[in-house]
Amino acid sequence: MADMMQFDLVSPEKMLASAKVSAVDLPGSEGDMTAMPGHAPMVISLRPGVLRADSGGEISEFVVTSGFVEINAGAVSVLAEKAIPRELCTREEIQALIEAAREKAAAAEPDTRDIGEKLVADLVHLLDMMD
Amino acid sequence: MANLKDLKIRIESVKSTRKITQAMQMVAAAKLRRAQEAAEAGRPYGQRMAAVMANLAQGAAGSDSAPRLLAGTGKDDVHLLVVATAERGLCGGFNSSIAKLARQHADDLIARGKTVKILTVGKKGREQMRREYGEYFVGHVDMSGIKQLGYDNAKGIADDILARFDAGEFDVCTIFYSIFRSVIAQIPTAQQLIPAEVVETEGDVPFYEYEPDETEILAELLPRAMTTLVFTALLENGASEQGARMSAMDNATRNAGEMIDKLTIEYNRSRQAAITNELIEIISGAEAL
Repeated sequence: MADMMQFDLVSPEKMLASAKVSAVDLPGSEGDMTAMPGHAPMVISLRPGVLRADSGGEISEFVVTSGFVEINAGAVSVLAEKAIPRELCTREEIQALIEAAREKAAAAEPDTRDIGEKLVADLVHLLDMMD
Repeated sequence: MANLKDLKIRIESVKSTRKITQAMQMVAAAKLRRAQEAAEAGRPYGQRMAAVMANLAQGAAGSDSAPRLLAGTGKDDVHLLVVATAERGLCGGFNSSIAKLARQHADDLIARGKTVKILTVGKKGREQMRREYGEYFVGHVDMSGIKQLGYDNAKGIADDILARFDAGEFDVCTIFYSIFRSVIAQIPTAQQLIPAEVVETEGDVPFYEYEPDETEILAELLPRAMTTLVFTALLENGASEQGARMSAMDNATRNAGEMIDKLTIEYNRSRQAAITNELIEIISGAEAL
């Protein structure tokens, strides 16, 4: 494996993953993308979705809610607000997040309501993907 | 002899005090380890957040369109002081040293003619500040129900601060807490939250592309960076509190031990004196016959 890069997934409470990987699929707020070694330096924000890290055939998946990714040629650092390994994430948890997001969207000012509703839609989509 | 009995009761009571302080010390030691682990686990996130922030902010700080969280409101008339302390006492000078620092800042600001508002986090700080600064209180965050400090707790406080900022309640926000250095050293610190302090990065900063664009990312990142700062402060505070309590209780245990030794010597002396007295009485009684 010549082409590997450092992948770090950190949430405020702990470091969830730190490994050498060959590719990372990211749910970017402007669309999904895959970061591979040698990628141009980039900072993107995340939407709720599933993040997939491929460490030479071994794939680990995480459910992330929101956050940022810093991409360099040799490293991908994910700063997730909330990240849960896919197998530990339950539908109930996402359902609770959807409820919270719905309430927030309903209470939001008209000019920010779109953002809140998009969050709800993304979460609902994520819930569908869990099956 | 009544005196002997009194001494005995006294010794017993100091002994049970020592037991309590010893137990508290051990509990604090166990909690300290957990708090330290939590503080360490949170560190990578904070560091990276600061690094990304620094990159972004350096570009945006100069421009006119810089968000208010970064550039400030252009004034510094109203200051919000967030005083983060513990919910419990019996931890040495921990709470009072934070309150003292906050008090100095408040006095300084008032002397310069600024308006001061105080938001307290944790009961002890509130109690200590109430008498002199009660009129400046604008809110209180109760942390007593929290077993394990989580990011959501910090988010609640940060959201409260942000809502106040958006409502134009203050211009500058500073948080007071204690940095954990070691069990015997906790450093009370003031950290400015709003406007955000930008750490200068050293060396070459790679040129990043942003998606969505810089302003949008910055607008999303700033509140989160602030939440991270609050979270870090709470974690450091948690570790400091337990550290301070541990050394305070260690001292108390040692003092109780010394006191028991002294009282025991006193007890033995008076016991001997009593026996000697009785002997003299018996002997002189026998001689009189």
